[in-house]
Amino acid sequence: MKELSLNILDITENSVKAGAALTQILIDEDASTLLLTIADNGSGMTKEVLQGVTDPFYTTRTTRSVGMGLPLLKLAAEQTDGWMKVESIHISDDPENHGTKVEALFHKDHIDFTPLGDVVSTLLTLIQGHPDTDFLFRHSIRGGEKEVEVHMDTRELREALDDVPLNEYEVIKWIEEYLNEQYNGPEDAEE
Amino acid sequence: MKSLAELQKIKANMKQRIVLREGSGDIRVVVGMATCGIAAGARPVLNELVKDVSEEGLSEKVTVSQTGCIGICQYEPVVEVFEAGKEKVTYVKMTAEKAKEIVEKHLKGGQVVEEYTIGAYQS
Repeated sequence: MKELSLNILDITENSVKAGAALTQILIDEDASTLLLTIADNGSGMTKEVLQGVTDPFYTTRTTRSVGMGLPLLKLAAEQTDGWMKVESIHISDDPENHGTKVEALFHKDHIDFTPLGDVVSTLLTLIQGHPDTDFLFRHSIRGGEKEVEVHMDTRELREALDDVPLNEYEVIKWIEEYLNEQYNGPEDAEE
Repeated sequence: MKSLAELQKIKANMKQRIVLREGSGDIRVVVGMATCGIAAGARPVLNELVKDVSEEGLSEKVTVSQTGCIGICQYEPVVEVFEAGKEKVTYVKMTAEKAKEIVEKHLKGGQVVEEYTIGAYQS
């Protein structure tokens, strides 16, 4: 993947496919590291599945035999001397509290660090494709020249919108501006 | 600053239009968004399609949606166009620029852009 934001899109698609009502995408950056957490309340994985999940030759698909999502994220993290961890509770083990959490740590100053890229575009793609699923996004950048704190919760947006779908283009465009403004500050201060 | 109150304004505007749109959507455009599609560049293709369909005023007859792996990873990004009574059209090796052209010529103008279809790549 050319950008970490594409890995985020790919892994979060798995959360949605696992039936998650809410998927949290959290990015915590300091001067030298980036910690990515993707945590969902989907169906989770059994212990057998969890064991094989970082093996590039493992997949849930039956059409062909290779699934690459988590192995690609693991590779991206480990090539910066970082790590990836996956925890999961399968719905059959705990019907109340199930889901999957993927965490990955990256060293940003490592030469093989893949830039985060366009994370706003990833969020818009997720909302466009899955308007009935909720996403909580938080990105904090600290310890550098610019401190950034970005927050988006589709549950709040959904409440304001009533039954207008989140993937109406006007809503998508608004969310794009809402996020960009949090990253860059308002474009027109007089507005 | 953007406030949630603005969303409520959008809501009020949208509600009427959505009622009009019920039961439409003659053309379905589907973008492959599995690992293979994403790695090959499906994200900007999807976002361009969503933008252009809306800006060209096609939202009432065209819906854009996402799917998993279509099974031809070497041709990703892949976009399929389904239209009632017509054969499915499969566009391959897509880019945002090609997507713009397809909205203009195919979805709006009704002319399949043959040079971007899988048939053109396989022959």
